Order: sequence, then C-alpha cells, then structure tokens
Amino acid sequence: MEGLLSTIISILFHGTAYAMILYIVSVGLSVTMGLMGFANLAHGVFAMAGGYVTVTLMNSYGVPFALSLAAACIVVALASIVLERMLYARLYSAGELEQVLFTIGLIFMATAAAKFAWGPLPQRMTVPEIFHQEFHFGAVTFPAYRAFILVSGFAIVIALWLAIERTNFGARIRAAVDNRRMAQSLGINTGQLFTLTFALGSGLAALGGGLGAEILAINPGYAFEHLVYFLIVVAVGGLGSIRGPFFAALLLGISDFACKYLIPEFGAFFIYVATFALLLWRPAGLFGRA
Amino acid sequence: MLARIQKKLSPVEAMTRSHRLRWWELLPWVAGIACYFLFPPYLALGSQIFIMVLFALSLDLILGYAGIITLGHAAFFGVGAYAAGILSVQGWHEPITGLIFAGAAAGAVGLVSGLIILRTTGLTLLMLTLAIVFMLEEAANKAGWLTGGADGLQGMQIDEIFGVFRFDMFGHTAYWYCLAVLFVAWIFVRVLVHSPFGRSLTGIRENVVRMHAIGTPVRRRLVTAYTISAILAGIAGGLLAQTTQFVGLNVLSFQRSGGVLIMLIFGGVGRLYGAFVGAPAYMIAEDELAKTDPVYWFFWLGLLLVLVVMFARGGILGLLDEALRLVKRGRR
Repeated sequence: MEGLLSTIISILFHGTAYAMILYIVSVGLSVTMGLMGFANLAHGVFAMAGGYVTVTLMNSYGVPFALSLAAACIVVALASIVLERMLYARLYSAGELEQVLFTIGLIFMATAAAKFAWGPLPQRMTVPEIFHQEFHFGAVTFPAYRAFILVSGFAIVIALWLAIERTNFGARIRAAVDNRRMAQSLGINTGQLFTLTFALGSGLAALGGGLGAEILAINPGYAFEHLVYFLIVVAVGGLGSIRGPFFAALLLGISDFACKYLIPEFGAFFIYVATFALLLWRPAGLFGRA
Repeated sequence: MLARIQKKLSPVEAMTRSHRLRWWELLPWVAGIACYFLFPPYLALGSQIFIMVLFALSLDLILGYAGIITLGHAAFFGVGAYAAGILSVQGWHEPITGLIFAGAAAGAVGLVSGLIILRTTGLTLLMLTLAIVFMLEEAANKAGWLTGGADGLQGMQIDEIFGVFRFDMFGHTAYWYCLAVLFVAWIFVRVLVHSPFGRSLTGIRENVVRMHAIGTPVRRRLVTAYTISAILAGIAGGLLAQTTQFVGLNVLSFQRSGGVLIMLIFGGVGRLYGAFVGAPAYMIAEDELAKTDPVYWFFWLGLLLVLVVMFARGGILGLLDEALRLVKRGRR
C-alpha cells in the first residue's frame, strides 16, 4: 500500500515537472496560433536555441545559471522578432499548407545548423551545486532541480496569467484573439502586437528549453522529436488560450510519465490514442471555442 | 485579332478537352524505359523512385485535388508495407495478390480513419493525421512479435511474378515491376481526376460552401478520395516491402510523411505530374548530396523549401509554366 502511494506521488511529481516545461515551451505556440492563425511547426526551434544558448554560456563561458537563462530568453526573443518581420509576416495570409511547409523548412535548417555548430550529441547541462541534493519524504526522493523546475514553472504561469488578465497589453492580446478586425478598428496596432507576442512566446520557449535541458535533452533533433508533444498541448488545450494549454500540459505530462513508468510495453501509444479521442470529442480542444 | 479570340477555347471547351492525352504526358514513361538501358547500376534507385512517385501521386489526389492537408500519409504507406511483409513472412509468397492485400489493408485503415477524421478541418485535422501516424508507428514498434519492432521485419520471401520473372539481386525484375504498377496506377488516377468525381473534388477544394449548396455529398466524396488515396499509398508501401524484402519502422515515420509532401511541393501540387517531377528530383538529389554530407543536405533542403514557399508555390512545373508563358508572350 505504501509502495503504491509513493509510486503515485513520484509519478505526480515528475509528471508535473515535465508538464511545466511542456507548458512554458508551448504556451507561446498557442498564442501564435490563436492570434495569427499561423501553423508554426518550428516553435520547438526557439526552445532548442534557448537550450543551446543556456548550455553554451554556462559550460564554455562560466556564466551563472540564472543569467544564462535570462540571456537565452532575450537573445531568442530578439532573433524571433527579426524572423517574424522578415519571413513569418509574409505568410500570415497564405494557406495552411504553405505555413506548414515553410516551418518544416525552418526546422530542417535549424537542425542542420545545430548539428554543424554543436555536433550530433546531446548537450549536457551542469546544474548549479545547490540543485544537486535530494529531498526525502518517506520512501520518495525528490531531486532538488525537479522541485526547482516545478516552483519556477508555477511562478511563470502565475506571472503570465497576471500579465494577460490584468495588464493593458494582455487585454489587447485577448481582444485581438477574440476579434481581430474589431480590435483593429478600435485602434489597436495588431501588426505590432503580433510581433511582440511572437517575441514573448519565443522568449518563453527559450526559457523552457534552457530550464528543461535536463528533461528534454538539447540535441539537433529537438524540434522534430518533441514537435508532436508541443502540438498536442496546444491542440488539446485550445488555440489562443493561456489557461487551456496549462491543463493540457498537466494531463499530458503526468499521463505520459505514468504510461512510460507503469506500462513501458505500450510506450506512448495510449497518449496518441487519448489525443485522438479527445480531439474527436472536442475538435477545438478542451478550452477552445468551436 | 478576331481569329485569335476564336482560337482561344471557351472554358467549357477547355474542360471537355482537358482529358485528351498530350504528347508530353508520355515523357515519364519514355524516360523510365530509357533509364533502364542508360543507367544499369542505378536500377535499385530507379525502383525506389517509381515507388515514391506512386506514393506522391496518391498524396496529390487528396492534397492537390481534394485539398485535404495531411501530415500522416505515411500511415497508409506503412500499413501497406507491413501488410505485404507480414503476409509474406506468414507463408504467402505470391507478389500480385500480396500487393492487392497491401492496398486493401491500407484502404481499410483509410476508410475507417477517413470516416472519423474528415469531420474536422484545419489544424485539428492536421493534428489528427499526425496522431494517427504516431499511433501506428508506436504500435508497430511495440508489437515486436508481429512486426519485428525496431529491428524491422525480416525473412520475407517473394515468388516469381506470374511464376516467370524471378526477383534478381540486380533489381531488373523489381524495376519493371514497379514501373508497370506505377503505369497502371497513373492511368487509373488520370481517369479519376478527369471524371465528374475528380471535378467535384476540385470543386470542394475551391469552394466547399458552394459544393454543399449545389447538393454534392461533400463528406462522402472526401472519404472516397481519402480511401482511394490510402489504397494507392498502401500499394506503394507494398512495392517497397516486396522489392527490398525488408520492412523497417521508418515506413511509418513522420519523416516519410514530410518527405513525400516535400517531393510533391517541389514538383507541383494538383497537377498530376508534380509527383513525376518532384520525386525523382528529390531522390536523385538526396542520393547525390546526402551521401557526401547529410548535414548540408538538410540545410539546403530546408532553404529550398522556404524559397519554394516564398517565391515558387507551383513548384518546378509551375516555374516551367511561367517560363513557357514568357516565351509565348515574347514571340508575339
């Protein structure tokens, strides 16, 4: 009985930490898709870039952990502004097929560039000393770094909710998601809003990539390997929603961990089946509007 | 002036004539036969190309004509490959019936999944097609007792075609086998897209509301097209299994779905011949470039994809069209 309980707690703990990373990376994608209707499959590239910047700054230049994360976030956000203005913006009015192909092309290029610059092997992240310890509660051990991910994940979620629900900028984003034309006629500069939101989403993805480098290993194939999980979070959560992807990420993170831990002989099979069933039941996702 | 206007076909006339065979439509077949004699060391690559042309052709039917965007077309290719492979491993070695079985299995999966997922559109549909291909890949990976799992399906054995033509190690038989199957499939698809059924698919792609309004059973048409496309993709998969006598997990991978999509885009979507141009161009370039340096290959592939989307949405055939138009205008 006690064994069962500690297994459940352990699954919940690790699953939630995993879910936090999934959420931080994917929430930007949800807003991009909801706001601009852009099928951006290359979102994982920003997370990967964030991971590489963080790991390189820490390992090669000895920059402190927090500073590396902040730098990754800012560098990737700035780079994404350039990309958005130069390339993405041209395809907002194009069809889904064009957007899908364009972003697949971006993934190919980013994968090749990463392999060229850092080689094919995953980058090892050396977490700061404080995070090396473990906490014990009964039979369950909690690695400190996972606990840190959990806490900082929740902090980011709360900050994001406050920003979207309580600030003027957030109100403008919500208005533009709800009705772009109306927002435009009220004098909201939606083009600028798109760029800023895109940068914010990419910056968050970079943060998630750096923070989660220990869970989702940073390697050149990153953007393709985890693409389907990011998409599941967004599609199940509901496009354009901030809240939806959070619950979707929790659901996915915990059940994925549980599946791989309890029934490894089926792997991720049930995750895909569940996603399939859920999307048929609610095509617009759990929190999306039909 | 008047003569020129009269010479220009009216839209109705253009439509009634569009199914007539033009001389250049025979070029792929002339090229296919010529390559057998010109490049004997490349026969294996040749049959692979024919298989991918067939696969891309099946995708063109639903993507180019019916306008269904899918990232999961490898699901049907993979089901066909595994069906043909498993049938052979279990003791049935006749190739033609094996191919029919592959098509039927993929068609069944296409029919069932089409009935379910074609109720949705846009991003949800895209996600569902992705979910299917990942689901099947994971299933094939874990069902090692049937599929060989990650090691691949081994021990296939294929009899002589019609009891006469044995599959040789140089790939002579495989080459002609693939070319013949592709030819039959081409005739079928060509007839199909010029038929009233094919026209209604184009109509659905262009304006689905209007097609509903004039009483077309839109969903039934889409599901039918999806199933036919799945059958053709399954036959392509079956051909791959039979000619290489091996089935690996990669037949069901997302990469294969993406690859065939890219081939079709490079050739030109919705033109019937995009597959015949894009697949060989992609496969030959891959064979030449990826050998020397796979990293650069992916970089240039990505760059090319971005450029095509930005500047040449009609692919190679679209560019050719424009060039011809320019030449004609220059002549006047």
